[in-house]
Amino acid sequence: MNAPARGETVQLDPPGPEPTADGRFGDFGGRFVPESLIPALEELEESFRTAWHDDAFRLQYSTLLGEYAGRPTPVTECHRLSERLGLRVLLKREDLTHTGSHKINNVLGQALLTRRMGKQRVIAETGAGQHGVATATAAALFGLDCTVYMGAVDVERQALNVWRMKLLGAEVVPVTSGSATLKDAVNDAMREWVASVESTHYCLGSVMGPHPFPWMVREFQRVVGDESRKQCRAILDGADPQYVVACIGGGSNAMGTFAGFVDHCPDVQLIGVEAGGLGLESGHHGAAVNRGVPGIVHGMKSLFLQDEFGQVLEAASISAGLDYPGVGPEHAQLAKLGRARYEYATDDEAVAGFQLLAETEGIVPALEPSHAIGWLAREAGRSIPAGSTVLVTLSGRGDKDAAQLMERLGEL
Amino acid sequence: MISLEAHLRARRSQGRKLLVPYVTGGLGKDWIEVVRACAANGADAVEIGIPFSDPIMDGKVIQEASQRALDLGATPESVIAQAAAIDVDIPLAVMTYYNLVYRMGHNRFAASLAGSGISGAILPDLPLDELRRGGFDSAAELHGIETVLLASPTTTDARMVEICEAARGFVYGVSLMGVTGERVALADSAKIMGERLKATTDRPALLGVGISTAAQAREAAGYADGVVVGSALVRKLLQSGGPDEAGAFVAELRAALDS
Ligand SMILES: Cc1ncc(COP(=O)(O)O)c(C=O)c1O
Repeated sequence: MNAPARGETVQLDPPGPEPTADGRFGDFGGRFVPESLIPALEELEESFRTAWHDDAFRLQYSTLLGEYAGRPTPVTECHRLSERLGLRVLLKREDLTHTGSHKINNVLGQALLTRRMGKQRVIAETGAGQHGVATATAAALFGLDCTVYMGAVDVERQALNVWRMKLLGAEVVPVTSGSATLKDAVNDAMREWVASVESTHYCLGSVMGPHPFPWMVREFQRVVGDESRKQCRAILDGADPQYVVACIGGGSNAMGTFAGFVDHCPDVQLIGVEAGGLGLESGHHGAAVNRGVPGIVHGMKSLFLQDEFGQVLEAASISAGLDYPGVGPEHAQLAKLGRARYEYATDDEAVAGFQLLAETEGIVPALEPSHAIGWLAREAGRSIPAGSTVLVTLSGRGDKDAAQLMERLGEL
Repeated sequence: MISLEAHLRARRSQGRKLLVPYVTGGLGKDWIEVVRACAANGADAVEIGIPFSDPIMDGKVIQEASQRALDLGATPESVIAQAAAIDVDIPLAVMTYYNLVYRMGHNRFAASLAGSGISGAILPDLPLDELRRGGFDSAAELHGIETVLLASPTTTDARMVEICEAARGFVYGVSLMGVTGERVALADSAKIMGERLKATTDRPALLGVGISTAAQAREAAGYADGVVVGSALVRKLLQSGGPDEAGAFVAELRAALDS
């Protein structure tokens, strides 16, 4: 057999559906931003739409995904975990990508677009630091200037990623306002963008923010779901998994995963797992679909944790990447339609999931997808009947969380 | 209720440059007195900020003022209710973020402004298209509330025309690319913005964002009908200044505009 030609290793499926012209997914989405950003968002929308249908751009993108990011990532059948849970569990291995999480898929697409739009600088927000690292990586690769906004609390708990970003040549700006976590990092990145939009692209890290970001980021992440669907069919003799599960911060790994199934496989049940923190009754969590109400924050209409007056509440989660009081608008719409279900796992359940996957499969997950594993472990044999086939997106690897968990778990 | 636009037009026709200071509502017990002091010292209207948890159009000073007001227990309802006690002969407008309006409901929000004698609303994260789509424009009109719209240096000429037509009260020309906060000098973009607005509309056109000193105010007012001054005033309030300091600063701005 001949070796595949450049770019042929990753086969992109055709573009998925667009939101409405005003950026809506049903009731949700839109473009609620200061006037200064309107022209840039219109330009971005047009550039993305054109690029996404341009074979040359798609080849550049798929080549990068293959030769640089290491795609396609495998789907791993988890025999020992399956036996433990009484299920058939498959893992989509985004932890095996370059930089260690699904964030790279989106960032490479946006970096290509940045260059196409003739901009020389990118800014980004980051929670766990994975999106910041991915953005800094792409900036190094493309020779772009890069500034990353990160909550001061997260700078503390994700010190390894801060160091990596600096090594990659990015400037890291600790954000001290508000809760000093992801929400505040988004605020400061948006403020900086208002000032620098003519020369700078805001490389948003999830399926959130003003139109076209929720759509564009979903499209750059849909490779996760499209690959998974085909890989599952190969493993399952043409069948689809019955359940597809992913964790939800802003919702990009979940939306990318769901995109591969939502229209193709109407019988597949889609489940997003939110950060349950100390429990939904405690008020310390990040479960925006479970406990949020409709509102307009960060440029989008979606579901947010907020008080009776509309002041946004601080989220809380053991995992920096899920520590966000909102969710992307397409998830809000899928929840409203009942097409996807949104559950939660607490901090303790996530830690249990983290340990379980390490012990049974030799895979150390990031704390974010540990929520999906922890939820599955709780629900196996309950809401997920014994013997079911379940695909879980393992959105990233756990190196970044090792120090934090060493402290929490102590001597093993 | 005094019409914001009629009032500003009348003052402008007297050859006066317009001055609109910004005060964070609920920032200290005497914030009402601060608004009165602005009125007494030459303001032509006052913008009252309703504090929001995530003010993405605001720099450090107004962020801090908003947070402090929230910590002191300010809510949209308390700020609007307290504003009813502001007995001044100039119009008032609130400036806040759309989520607070959306949560209260368009009609209830507009009605409560009218009930407190507030004439206008400025919502920097509700651009023209979303204003129309969501229908806040008609709710505001129903209750006689004038919705000020912002134009930015990146706004195209065609869009500028639409914004100026749809705006009520005045058109808020953002003088630079950036969020609120003091700057050492007036941005070059202020002149261009002022000239573009004046070439586009007869509606009162004010420049704001980044206008920090009396000299800058005077210079900016040369390009438009007047100025909005926020952070420079609010900083004095944060540094334990009260009605007296606010009044003195507004008087200084007034004197510069009149000179
Ligand atoms: C490994 C990993 N998974 C998930 C997330 C959450 O983001 P999203 O919901 O957009 O996938 C993050 C964010 O930092 C992450 O690093």
